[in-house]
Amino acid sequence: MLLTHEHNELRRTVTRWVEDEINPHIDEWEAAGIFPAHEVFKSLGDRGLLGVHKPEKFGGMGLDFSFAAVMAEALAAIKAGGVPMAIGAQTDMCTPALAQHGSDALREEFLRPAIAGEYVGCIGVSEPGGGSDVAALKTTARKDGDDYVINGTKLWITNGTQADFCCLLANTGDGPIHQNKSLIIVPMKTKGVEVTKKITKIGMNSSDTAQIFFDDVRVPQRNRIGEENKGFIYQMQQFQYERLWCALNAAAVFQRAIDITVDYTKERKAFGRSLSDNQWIGFKLAEMQTEVEALNALNWKGVEMVVAGQDATKVATMAKLMAGKLSRTLPDGCLQFWGGMGYSDESEISRLYRDARLTAIGGGADEVMLQILTKYMGIFGSNH
Amino acid sequence: MKVLVPVKRVIDYNVKVRVKSDGSGVDLANVKMSMNPFDEIAVEEAIRLKEAGKADEVIVVSIGVKQAQETLRTALAMGADRAILVIAADDVHQDIEPLAVAKILKAVVEAEGPGLVIAGKQAIDNDMNATGQMLSALLGWSQGTFASELDVDGDTAVITREVDGGLQTIKIKMPAIVTADLRLNEPRYASLPNIMKAKKKPLDEKTAADFGVDVTPRLEIVKTTEPAARSAGIKVGSVDELVAKLKEVGAV
Ligand SMILES: Cc1cc2nc3c(=O)[nH]c(=O)nc-3n(C[C@H](O)[C@H](O)[C@H](O)COP(=O)(O)OP(=O)(O)OC[C@H]3O[C@@H](n4cnc5c(N)ncnc54)[C@H](O)[C@@H]3O)c2cc1C
Ligand SMILES: Cc1cc2nc3c(=O)[nH]c(=O)nc-3n(C[C@H](O)[C@H](O)[C@H](O)COP(=O)(O)OP(=O)(O)OC[C@H]3O[C@@H](n4cnc5c(N)ncnc54)[C@H](O)[C@@H]3O)c2cc1C
Repeated sequence: MLLTHEHNELRRTVTRWVEDEINPHIDEWEAAGIFPAHEVFKSLGDRGLLGVHKPEKFGGMGLDFSFAAVMAEALAAIKAGGVPMAIGAQTDMCTPALAQHGSDALREEFLRPAIAGEYVGCIGVSEPGGGSDVAALKTTARKDGDDYVINGTKLWITNGTQADFCCLLANTGDGPIHQNKSLIIVPMKTKGVEVTKKITKIGMNSSDTAQIFFDDVRVPQRNRIGEENKGFIYQMQQFQYERLWCALNAAAVFQRAIDITVDYTKERKAFGRSLSDNQWIGFKLAEMQTEVEALNALNWKGVEMVVAGQDATKVATMAKLMAGKLSRTLPDGCLQFWGGMGYSDESEISRLYRDARLTAIGGGADEVMLQILTKYMGIFGSNH
Repeated sequence: MKVLVPVKRVIDYNVKVRVKSDGSGVDLANVKMSMNPFDEIAVEEAIRLKEAGKADEVIVVSIGVKQAQETLRTALAMGADRAILVIAADDVHQDIEPLAVAKILKAVVEAEGPGLVIAGKQAIDNDMNATGQMLSALLGWSQGTFASELDVDGDTAVITREVDGGLQTIKIKMPAIVTADLRLNEPRYASLPNIMKAKKKPLDEKTAADFGVDVTPRLEIVKTTEPAARSAGIKVGSVDELVAKLKEVGAV
């Protein structure tokens, strides 16, 4: 895909924003285990960066997904994975279904402020009982008059402690598990919503991750996105954006890992020469560079398909899988060449190594990607 | 008052430059290019004058290859009102020298009638630091170079200049040419809506011939070389040895 001058300008603007507004604070936010989402999102919203591919009618830019893809890549300049993930959760995980299938009133109430950066959103799919088997989730939304009454627990919810609303996937019917769910927008200040303390993690520290209890939470049925019991399908469509976002961002993070490692190994001397003068190190870095290039090719094939209005599920799944697999080898391979420094908190590579690992789990584990792909290949076992 | 800002497309300041194998210059093929950073500061200053109600229109002009229209779009996205592209070369490696640029700018000034020209103090590619001064001489206008502060007040402008060892404040008559130093301001970066709006702002295309200016280079580049690589160091065993070595190379 040929990127235009405007794509390049978007990349430049995001990079400058990261350098000016984010990186100077990132160590502080990492230590605090949270970042000021409302402040950061407002700053993005003011620059038109939260609604890149959202309808203009609700304050978005109405651009195609290739611009959102450039933004996902550019956010990798942030020197911690937590903040870009939180931004991605807002732009490409909890709002695509709302933008695509939500009623005008619902979009006016939640999408417009999400694009403006006034509201922070979160996506509530995973549960303590399981995140991989989405269809088996237990949270229910029972009809009562004009309302839904919601009961259940969601776990691992990014932005969960700061969010104004949750795009919640819950069972709304008794039918087959792929036809009994709906996506419902739940304002987080509704009575009965209880956010327990932030979960501490091995990485993504600047992003708050919450467990959320729903105890007889009453929301109007007009908060449902699109048709009733179509939620599973909507969520699968929404995952397409989430997974491409993850893969695009990961590829750019991997590129940063390689770049800083190239610089480090050129500077660092051992055995009377630069580390990079060892053929082993040069070859490993060249191999990793090739892997990133291959991931980019897959990513941008997915982007092109989305832009062309095609179903990109298969390619997005492959891209996410590839990104997940590389997240377990590439940052590790780079860190190795930093020696003791790589093991210390003082180096950029150690945080990157911890943060990147999530790629193989969040947004669907590698094995879940493989399972989806076996279906496309017609070799998915009948006993599942 | 109209403000005219000349902007140059140069190799991006982040790019590690590579000298062409024949030594004729720096390799610019498929290299990231951006607006000269000092020109960004000049554009910012012009926009601030407009925002302060001291200017009505900000016109940006670039002289060079066709691709310089991207540089102009960047300035338009920052907030300039319209742009003029003067195509003066086909080859990205042909640098248009300050005198030719100043002559073209003089013609543009005569056509557009700005009350102020704000240029960068120098371009980061060839570091000439001459265009503003030459334009001032050709037009017979006042000049305030290396500005770190600019205050336009009717017929005069007060300029703080960064000079060796301190600051100098001068008062000059308008119309004037001002060249921007690093600390004049911190240029903004465009919001996404402004990036998209810039696509629709007017951009006039001209050629050097339209202004009757001959852009043939007058300078000949004899040689371009990379800075010498840092050579490997040696380890010394003691202070005595260190001193001896330093004496040996004539450093002490
Ligand atoms: C930091 C962080 C942020 C998150 N943010 C969100 C969020 O905002 N919203 C949200 O809804 N969720 C979020 N998640 C949850 C994430 O999507 C889940 O953790 C993920 O889908 C895996 O689900 P699970 O943790 O329940 O693991 P399980 O479902 O218990 O799976 C455990 C492991 O079993 C393996 N496995 C599972 N199924 C199969 C299979 N069929 N075949 C072979 N192997 C299999 C995989 O290796 C998998 O990793 C987040 C998680 C983390 C850690
Ligand atoms: C938690 C911790 C505890 C430690 N405790 C001690 C201690 O108690 N005492 C002590 O003396 N040291 C200690 N160390 C230091 C440790 O032994 C060194 O970090 C290690 O030997 C690597 O040296 P370095 O960090 O200087 O890496 P460098 O020498 O800079 O090497 C960096 C990387 O370059 C690569 N590399 C280096 N040489 C070559 C080559 N010839 N060919 C190809 N690749 C090469 C390797 O991948 C290596 O990891 C500790 C380190 C840590 C992190």
